[in-house]
Amino acid sequence: MITGTMTKPMMMILSLSKDTIQVMREQDVVLLRNRVREVAVKIKMGLVNQTKLITAASELLRNMLRYGGGGSCLIEVVTRGRDNGVRLTFSDNGPGIPDIAAAMRDGFSTGKSLGLGLPGAKRLCNEFDLKSKPGEGTVVMILKWANG
Amino acid sequence: MDKIPILRMGSFLLVTIQVDLYDRLALDLEADLVQMVNKTSSKGVLIDISAVSIVDSFMGRIIGNIASMSKILDAETVVVGMQPAVAITLIELGLPLKGVHTALDVEKGMNLLKSMIGDDHGDDDETDDDDTFAE
Repeated sequence: MITGTMTKPMMMILSLSKDTIQVMREQDVVLLRNRVREVAVKIKMGLVNQTKLITAASELLRNMLRYGGGGSCLIEVVTRGRDNGVRLTFSDNGPGIPDIAAAMRDGFSTGKSLGLGLPGAKRLCNEFDLKSKPGEGTVVMILKWANG
Repeated sequence: MDKIPILRMGSFLLVTIQVDLYDRLALDLEADLVQMVNKTSSKGVLIDISAVSIVDSFMGRIIGNIASMSKILDAETVVVGMQPAVAITLIELGLPLKGVHTALDVEKGMNLLKSMIGDDHGDDDETDDDDTFAE
């Protein structure tokens, strides 16, 4: 008989593989998208989730190139219990984001864009984390579970 | 340098995007297409994105721009062949592509274009040969 509470215990997220790609030019975006797709296919992520993950990655890459002057992306296959997922960490040494709350709002942009990048990427993924210090750079982490 | 070819079919322009788009490529396409609408006084633009696996906010904006710019130049734009996963992603992203006409495939898109610009265009001066304009 199984007893226990209904709440899911906090499980550790373990990283199974790591791969870092430098993104300095616009053409690197295509390369990175393909790499993310390969990894997503490997863990049997469905087509819709793949598309969401790659679209979110594309948004964040553009931000990194346009505002951060390029940076690096860490691609990880992660596991938590029986779930597998892809975690992407984008780091740049750009000027940072002075007002994170504003940047996360739909329609806010300091450039000429639609202002959908950050809030859109957050909606498309299961987990989202943004850390930024003005003058030091920005780190954005997104995670998409294969069946999340 | 990469370039997306624009085909002329009678009074329509046909664009089939077969490669993964990056921002520069999309911007070039926007400029080329609007130039071509002007140069050939086309009445309609058909963009086939069936081979495009992701459309993010930038590309979505470019598609919307092409439609609005062509509209000012008196041409209609129809986007055809969007993959279901792309449609799901666009809505979740917050980009409903308002003001852009869509159709499921090229054939339906062509019919839609013809019906939009009326029967006096498109039918009579339609030719079989396609001219590629890639400068």
